[in-house]
Amino acid sequence: MGFDYEKYIRPGKLPHIWCPGCGHGIVMKGLIRAIDALALDRDMTAIVSGIGCASRLPGYLDFCTLHTTHGRGVAFATGIKMAKPGMNVICVGGDGDGVAIGGNHFIHACRRNIDMTYLIMNNHIYGMTGGQFSPTTPFGARASTTPYGNPDPPFDIARLAIGAGATFVARGTAFHASQIDKLLVEAIRHKGFSVVEILDSCPTTFGRKNKFKSVIEMMNHLKEIAVPVAAADKMSAEQLQGKVLTGVLHREDKPEYVEEYGRLVERVRESMEG
Amino acid sequence: MEKKQPKIEINEKYCKGCRICVEFCPTKVFEMRGFVASVKNPEACIACMQCELRCPDFAVTVTL
Repeated sequence: MGFDYEKYIRPGKLPHIWCPGCGHGIVMKGLIRAIDALALDRDMTAIVSGIGCASRLPGYLDFCTLHTTHGRGVAFATGIKMAKPGMNVICVGGDGDGVAIGGNHFIHACRRNIDMTYLIMNNHIYGMTGGQFSPTTPFGARASTTPYGNPDPPFDIARLAIGAGATFVARGTAFHASQIDKLLVEAIRHKGFSVVEILDSCPTTFGRKNKFKSVIEMMNHLKEIAVPVAAADKMSAEQLQGKVLTGVLHREDKPEYVEEYGRLVERVRESMEG
Repeated sequence: MEKKQPKIEINEKYCKGCRICVEFCPTKVFEMRGFVASVKNPEACIACMQCELRCPDFAVTVTL
């Protein structure tokens, strides 16, 4: 083994800017392995992001990449997919980008079921702008804007995606690194809108304020709370208290938007001609 | 049959010293030397590849 990651990275871009112990690097490696396993054509793969720490990711990768406005990665990705349906579109972003500022784009892309993959790196905080709380910051957790604890209950991104109509939803963690590429391979292969949420670590802004001495404690926390879906069936509700399910959480087949739109165009054209 | 020794390399230019490889290696192959990780017991390596998978900074490479 000894995987050659640098093959997919733009020359001179490493070391990346993420902090020591930031899980985004682990997720980026998972994405590279998934793309390699699927042997996707570089010129036919678009990686789109919004703004934030996680959204720095496309800048390192040697594919067609687009770094867009805050929260609007999914909207730009939708445009790419509609204009060039043959492209493999992967949108990446963080929790603040995906479910706060881009929350509306996210739920409507789920509803629309357009064929793309949305990779959300959930580190429970706005890291780049100084550690403000995000919609996924756990209840009671401290952030720079909630110094006495967060009074809001958090979003469960995977359940939000399922509720909004995404046809493939999976969740992993940065600690379980070998699972990330497997989930992403399934998500990219899936026809329709697929969401992969990876629970991540932010030792710099989240860890420091929440009594995690270092990234090691954060990684151990991810290890403790993650429960594979298959194992969860055998566990009681009490045992599942405070745990997070990982693996493929939801999968269904529904009409895909680009194909449906093509059929609509055909139908209207025929009616006009007839 | 002779056991094949995996080759572990750390790119010190990329390592940011997060200690993930040091703490989570099941056979304690790594140690911290100053601000970067280094290989202490290469012969203990069982080639589980977890250090390479979990290194966020693309610094650890294990070759079989």
